[in-house]
Amino acid sequence: MEIVLALAIGTLAGSGIYLLLRPRTFQVIMGLSLLGYAVNLFIFGMGRLRTGAPPVIDAARGSDPSLYADPLPQALVLTAIVIGFATTALFLVVLLASRGLSGTDHVDGRESEKP
Amino acid sequence: MSGWLQHLPILPVLLPLLAAVLLLPPSETRRRPRAAIALAATLAQLAAAVALLAMADGRLAPAGGGGIGVYALGGWPAPFGIVLVADRLAAIMLTLSATLALAALVYSLARWERAGSHFLPLFQLLLMGLNGAFLTGDLFNLFVFFEVLLAASYGLVLHGSGAMRVKAGLHYIAVNLAASLVFLVAAALIYGVTGTLNMAELGRRLALLDAHERTLFELGAALLGVVFLVKAAAWPLNFWLPGAYAAAAPPVAGVFAILTKVGVYALLRFATLLEDAGAPAPFGGDWLFYCGLATIAAGTVGVLAAQKLARVAGFLVIVSSGTLLAAFGFTGTALTGPALYYLVSSVLASGAFFMVIEMAERGRTASADLLAVSFEAFGLGDRDAAEHPDEMAGVAIPAAMAFLGLAFFSCALLLTGLPPLSGFVGKFTLFAAAIAAPPQAPLLHAGLFGAALLLSGLAGVIALSRLGMRVFWDTERPAPRLQWIEAGPVAMLVLLCLALALGAGPAMRYFDATARALHDGQTYVGAVLPAPGAAP
Repeated sequence: MEIVLALAIGTLAGSGIYLLLRPRTFQVIMGLSLLGYAVNLFIFGMGRLRTGAPPVIDAARGSDPSLYADPLPQALVLTAIVIGFATTALFLVVLLASRGLSGTDHVDGRESEKP
Repeated sequence: MSGWLQHLPILPVLLPLLAAVLLLPPSETRRRPRAAIALAATLAQLAAAVALLAMADGRLAPAGGGGIGVYALGGWPAPFGIVLVADRLAAIMLTLSATLALAALVYSLARWERAGSHFLPLFQLLLMGLNGAFLTGDLFNLFVFFEVLLAASYGLVLHGSGAMRVKAGLHYIAVNLAASLVFLVAAALIYGVTGTLNMAELGRRLALLDAHERTLFELGAALLGVVFLVKAAAWPLNFWLPGAYAAAAPPVAGVFAILTKVGVYALLRFATLLEDAGAPAPFGGDWLFYCGLATIAAGTVGVLAAQKLARVAGFLVIVSSGTLLAAFGFTGTALTGPALYYLVSSVLASGAFFMVIEMAERGRTASADLLAVSFEAFGLGDRDAAEHPDEMAGVAIPAAMAFLGLAFFSCALLLTGLPPLSGFVGKFTLFAAAIAAPPQAPLLHAGLFGAALLLSGLAGVIALSRLGMRVFWDTERPAPRLQWIEAGPVAMLVLLCLALALGAGPAMRYFDATARALHDGQTYVGAVLPAPGAAP
């Protein structure tokens, strides 16, 4: 399970970084989103991977911490998702404004000279 | 223990939030009530910050051990709950940000507030993020407050719109979003290794890690350091800064002068907390010292190369960041106190400078800034109406030019570190402390640091006098018109720097006490956490 998660994070982060370095604003925002997914999975993984362990204390199971998954990273992921969502939306607006004002979707607001 | 004083540390976070909420419903046309709310909230924050300053100094009752006020949110005790910690350093930064914000706010009320929508609520949210970042004692909360302040700053950097701002804003936002993701990775890694996000607990757990875990922790700390260095505009992570600051509206740029210092603050906070267990590389030592020197060098080159005053101001902010980083990286702890003094002085001066520039350049065309470009075009250029709303509003102050000249000159003295203002005192004390340090520090470091301070100052003098001549000895334009509420804040900031220079003795004592308290990490840890025996 660990290797699958690690590969998923690696693939997402790698594609995200590649897209982040591309010159088109749409590619940049896709890159940021992919990186965001990778980071969220990473935070989740930092709570150690467990199957069948709920994060919330269940009266029937008792209060032994070893029966439960770490709830904190899950809470952190939720916060990170919300913040990431908001900033992506904001970045989209700026991206559209840039497209409208400069007439191009290049991140510098003008096309680089083609050789 | 008196009831309300106990809740003092939360006020700098709650007040701007409340003000931002109140500012949203009234329509933008109702200027007076909105301005009154914003002013009242900012003044109240200043009052709360000054009260915290007194509390940290032990002059006000309820602070816990060593003058550190700890506020446990929801009443949950420290390693589990989230805490706000108001110690001397936090109180200094809070007072500084409230002072600068007050000046920028009053200045913006003259015209800039109307250049776009929602300036006042965004401004208050920026303050909330700033104050929260200074107060929080929790790593993840630091991330959240960083995001709050960044989200507000994204809106503010675009305030007034226009192609230049959108382009610069796009770069600024992309860089900071990427940095935020790195911050998350760092926070998760550190939590995964140490099992805590509380900054005081972190220092304690660090000593218990085995070698394998320590490596992972160092990795997380390195990522965290990179994030803080991006915020602090350390070379080579600072290319976003000059463009964004030069494009932003002047009151925004003025208050942004403190944003880079948030990164510096966070570095210093972590460095001192982790000091006992051996601070990881990015938080101190030679590495940070040389990084600071490289930043000063990059900033100096930029200062000399820049053709616009606003860009020069941006590069001067980088130089001051570099000076601080080099001072914190310097062997020994003797430089921390003077560095804090320098920080306060340079933030006030750069804030004032961004506003002075805009007033001085009012009525000039962009082409006038390009040296060696034909000046014939001057006076014929088109004025961007959106960027300069109500160009002719306001009463002409007869002495406007004299005031501007004086303010520009004072800012130049402050930023380059020439006597007699506080910039000189700051640089001189840094220099003196560096020279006095050699028993522990290599002489080479003191020499390099001194040379960097002097050369960056010289470059600043050259650039500012060159561009200042273009602006002030330009006879072909009408004298700019100023309003009192635009001149007032600048005068206030410059006078504060003067007061800082006149009261250098007491001020330096306070900063030195701050530095001592910081480097004695146990006081902070002891105030935040229960005694070691009681800890699980």
